[in-house]
Order: sequence, then C-alpha cells, then structure tokens
Amino acid sequence: MNNQQIVVSSSPHVRDETTVSQIMWSVVLALVPAVIAALYFFKFQAFLIIVVSVFGSVLTEYIFQKARGKKITISDGSAVITGILLALTLPPTIPLWLVLLGSAVAIGLGKQIFGGLGYNPFNPALVGRAFLLAAYPVMMTNWMLDGATTATPLNLITKGITTDYWSLFIGHIGGSLGETSALALLLGGIYLVYKGYINWRIPLGMLGSVFIFSFIFGQDPLFHLFAGGLMLGAIYMATDMVTSPITKRGRWIFGIGAGIIVMIIRLWGGYPEGVLYSILLMNTTVPLLDRYTRPRSLGEVSS
Amino acid sequence: MGVLTFKQGIHPECNKEMSKDKPLTKALRPEVVTIPLLQHIGASCKPLVKKGERVLLGQKIGDTDSFVSAPVHASVSGVVKEIKSIKNPMGREVDAIVIEADQEDVLAESIGPQGELSTLTPDQIRKMIREAGIVGMGGAMFPTHVKLAVPEGKKPEYFILNGAECEPYLTVDHRIMIERPEDVVFGLKVLMKAIGVEQGFIGIEFNKPEAIKEMEAAVAGEAGIEVKTLETKYPQGGEKMLIKAILNREVPAGGLPLDVGVVVNNVTTAVAIADAIKTGMPLVERSVTISGNGISEPVNLICRIGTSIEELLEQAGGFVDQPGKIVLGGPMTGFAQPDLDLPVVKGTSGILVMKSDEIEDFDPQPCIKCARCVDGCPQFLMPVNLANYTEFAMYNELEKYQVLNCIECGSCSYICPAKRPLMQFIKIGKSEIIARKRTA
Repeated sequence: MNNQQIVVSSSPHVRDETTVSQIMWSVVLALVPAVIAALYFFKFQAFLIIVVSVFGSVLTEYIFQKARGKKITISDGSAVITGILLALTLPPTIPLWLVLLGSAVAIGLGKQIFGGLGYNPFNPALVGRAFLLAAYPVMMTNWMLDGATTATPLNLITKGITTDYWSLFIGHIGGSLGETSALALLLGGIYLVYKGYINWRIPLGMLGSVFIFSFIFGQDPLFHLFAGGLMLGAIYMATDMVTSPITKRGRWIFGIGAGIIVMIIRLWGGYPEGVLYSILLMNTTVPLLDRYTRPRSLGEVSS
Repeated sequence: MGVLTFKQGIHPECNKEMSKDKPLTKALRPEVVTIPLLQHIGASCKPLVKKGERVLLGQKIGDTDSFVSAPVHASVSGVVKEIKSIKNPMGREVDAIVIEADQEDVLAESIGPQGELSTLTPDQIRKMIREAGIVGMGGAMFPTHVKLAVPEGKKPEYFILNGAECEPYLTVDHRIMIERPEDVVFGLKVLMKAIGVEQGFIGIEFNKPEAIKEMEAAVAGEAGIEVKTLETKYPQGGEKMLIKAILNREVPAGGLPLDVGVVVNNVTTAVAIADAIKTGMPLVERSVTISGNGISEPVNLICRIGTSIEELLEQAGGFVDQPGKIVLGGPMTGFAQPDLDLPVVKGTSGILVMKSDEIEDFDPQPCIKCARCVDGCPQFLMPVNLANYTEFAMYNELEKYQVLNCIECGSCSYICPAKRPLMQFIKIGKSEIIARKRTA
C-alpha cells in the first residue's frame, strides 16, 4: 500500500450522486414538453426565438466568466435554463435582435453581475423579461395565433370576451411561447416534483392562492389558473432554487404571497398580467423570509 | 405493527450485502496487542502494569479514579513489552500498553460468573459494568456505567437498545442479533434492572428482517420487552432519532435522553454486558465489520482489542488494489486514517476500505440554495447557514441557529449537490463555540 495515495478527509466519506448540473439539466428536460408545445403552436418562429435566447444566454455567461477570469461553467445547464425560460415568456412576433438583447440582460444584469450561479437575488429570466417589457412595451405585447393577430385571454377578458377551458388547458390561445399550454407545463412540473428538484409548496401555494383569491373576488378561478404566465411562473420561475426560500414555512409564504400579488395586479393593476412582478417582488423578500422562518430545531427550548 | 421513524433524514445506499451473511468468526490470535489507555469519552486511565510484567487474559491493566472513564484489560496473556504514545483513530495522542502474547490465553484469576441476575442489585450491576470496562460500542465509546448512574430527580421509564445499525456497510450489530439474540435480551434485562425500569425496546431497521425475526423470537414471553421495526433511514440509530421514532419524545437541546426518561445503548454493548455478567469476562474483544469495495473478502471478525488494523485487513483477503481511503467506523461518521498502524479499540465497529475511484474529488461549487441540507437535517437545523456563519466567523449567528444541537451525522454534506463540505464547517463552528463558552 502506498500511503501517499491514501486520502484523509472529514466525514462523511460517501456522497449522494446528484450534482448541480444534473439538477439543471433535469429542469431543461422538464421544459421539453413546453418547448414542443411552443413549436407546435408557433412553428418555426418559436424555434428561432428559443435558439437565439439560449445562444445569447450561454454566450453572455461565457463572456462574463472569461472577463472575470473565472472557471467557465456554461456546461452546467443553468444558462440554458435561463435562455429557454426567457424565450417562453416572449411573444412569437418578437424580433430576434430583441431576444438576443433580452438574454444578454438576463444573464448579465440578472445573474453574472451578482457573482454568477447561486448569488443572484432575482430570477435571471424574469430580469430579462422585465427589462424588455419596460423598454419595448409594444413589441412585447404583439400577439399572434394561427397566422393572425390576436390578443391574450387576459386581454380579452377585460373586454368581456371569454376563452374556453379546453383551449386554455392545451394552449391553443394567444400569448407568449410558453404561457399557452398548461398541460405541457404541468407534465414537466410533475417530473420535477417527483425528482425532488422543485419544492411543491411554492407552486401549490401560488396556484392555490390565485384560485382562492379569484374565487373570493367573484372571478372565474379556473380561468385565472390557466391564463397568462401563471403556470410557467409558478412551476419554473418561482421555484428557482437560488431565488426562493430554503425553509418550508418560507416557501409557503413565498408561494402564497406571489399568488396574491398576481391577483392584485390582474384585478386592479395597470397590467393585464402580474406573474412577472409577483415573483420579482417576492424574490426581494427571500432573505427576510429565511431569517424569520427558521425551523424549530429538534428539542430546542425557546429562550 | 407499523414501521416507525423520525422526520427528515437521508437514504444512502446501505451496501450491507457484502458482509451481512458472513457469520461472526474469530480473528487469528495476534502476536502483539496495543491497548490504548483511553478508549472512551472521559479521563484517560493510568497504567497498572510495568514494562516486563506478565499479564493474564482479562486482567485489568489500566484504571483511574475519575467517574467518567472505564478501565482497560489485557486481551491476551503475555508480557508487557512497553508503554508508548500512539495516535488514536481520531488523531489524538494517547498512551498505550503493548503486550507480547504468549499464545496460551491464561485467564486472570478474577474472572468467573458474577451470579444470578435476580440476586444482583442495581449498584452491583453498575459496578460490574464499570469493572468490565464497558463503553458504548456503536462508536461513541461513552462509558456505560455513567449512563446508568441516574442523577437525583430524573425518573427513567424506558431502556432502548439500538439495533438500527443505520451506517452503511456495517453489519456487526446485525450479526450479533442473529447469532446471539438471547444474550442481547439478557443484556437488556441487566440494563433495565440497573436503572430500574420495567419496559425495554429493541429498535431495528426494516432492512434487517432476519434480525427482526430472531429478536422477536427471543423476546417472546419476556414481559415488558418489545422489538420495534424502524424505517431504513439515516441516521435512524442516532439516540435522539430512536427516541423520537419509538416514543415520539424530543430530547431537549443540550440535554440527555434521561431528561425524557430514556437510556439508550447499542445491541453489541448489551452482549458485552451479558458476557461480563455470565462469564465475568471484561471487554477484551469485539466484532468488527471489514468491508468495502477495496477489500477482497468482506468479513465480520471477532477481534481482540488492540489487534492491529493491518493484520485484520490481511485476514479479510487484503486489498483489491491500491486503496483510496481507509475509514474506521462507518462511511457517514467514521474517521479516515493516514496509515494502518492502529489498534482496534472498543468503539471500532468497522474498517471500510474504499477504492481510489470511489473517492470524491474536492471541487465544491457555489451553493444554489436548493435546501436539500435543510430538508434532510434530522435535527431541523439550517446546515447551509451554519456552514456560512462558520466560514465568516459569525459566532453569534451560529449560536442563535443552534449549532450545538448538531449531532454531526453528516447528512448535509452527503446530500449537497454542490459537494460543499458542510459538515466539516459545522464541526469547526461547533468546536469554536464550545471553546468560547469555556473561556467566557
């Protein structure tokens, strides 16, 4: 035996096989049904938007890491997720240069400027979308379905036009690439909850509070559940590990809070849709939530 | 009967197949034994023998007047070669008595049956257990007689025997329960009598059906003793987890199981106690699982205390290849060793040999706040916070976040997808807080 080759380290000496990049690529896998639905409803244009968005995200990550002299970690899948998620929040009519700009902002200002993976307070894809929505409001709300200009169900309802549940559920409606098919989003979400890569308390809290809140205020709860970006936001963005609480009670409050903000914006706000800001606003509360929802340790005596 | 457990925890691969069906076998009698004078938590013993002196098997060779301590005994008959300083498995310098065995195993005169259990008083039992040098053999090595000394004002109600053996790879408790179930029960009865309780439990994880069967047969007809089936989950064998699972009671932070009326000990310890009462033989040998992918023939060996690890590894067929890591104890809480120049001590439950390709590379990535450590911690702590507070020397926060309530099970490091050494940080943080409390 060669003693030089013996490793001496602190316990434990075995580790679970799951790695960060495994979790990230699983999220990418979970987004495949939503991507397929986007391709189905919005054809080649959706393909281009997704490709450009992923390319822009990964490239920005690479440039920042190179410039900062850090290890290049583009293969960990986290920038790919941001690219796909951002693309799924964009309208099918958006010019591709705007997609590229949005993805650069998402990764650059949303993630790398804070120090990269793990350090960003806001969900990067939502930062990208918030920027585009503020800077290019017209191009961000130009909806199209089956080759014709249309409006989203949340726009239509303000004019008294309803959309039937089935169209909402499978996604045959006007809207962003990924906010259309609730079915595809749920499929991926179930997979992630099964794998334990997202915490069910957040989507359940968010969807549940939207359901109850809209019911209380005389709205159609099912409509609000399936309309707009709620499913996409609740399943894939509010659950972003980096920007959501680490305690169980914190996750409940985070999810429920986000759901309530969604409904406040939808019912009384200037925007027809509130998912984006609901999650960004709740992101700001995460350090506080973690601090005040520390679980009682086993046998802890309150002092 | 339902399967009991605690909340949270983790599910590492059990890896017990390699050795679980290998009967306990006597290891070859060593030529030389090295017996440390400190094989327990507490004060070190003083040697009672001198260089050149002849000692007999079972003879007490080290003792002290300190209460929290346990004497040590010669595990062979022979001649004291020297008393020297060695490193124990935790890396601490301890004095050890080296005995050259004469291969005759001449018994010390003092050794003989200690009388019928029914005639023994609790005080006598505690004294016998102390004199036999018995400590917690699951790995903690806490002197058993100290656990059995119930302070004024505490009212014990139950005795729990730990047969969970939740550490992966280890199978000695499993084999003891299959091969010596009557002695496990006898040991439990001795322990129950020592603290004056009428009810005892034996907690066994679900993945040991043979042990559960044997123990259930052995307790049949014993009033007040029950086998409890536990979920296979780590760290099910932790004292606090066992009590939570079996009695749904929470040991107060900083307190002892006695605070909730319970004393816990391990099944192998119970058998050592049975031996000490029935034959009068003190703790001079123990069973050790030698396993892992790096060893040729995994075995469960009954070894004399003081046998060199190197000798035992040879008896398990030697290394498959150049080993990557050698761990004393289980893979979750055991201690990695820099070399093999070490004796088996009372707490050595296993020797794990890992191949070099099984050793994780040290490349921790940024924390992504996945909270798997928070969701896995059996003590409901926030390991990610504790590790960060240690890293940034935020000691007030460390205390506020209950760092001292950590049981060092290692679940957080195990489950971390970024492979951060959370447990290592928390251990450092704990010792820092304890040191500060001492000087304050």
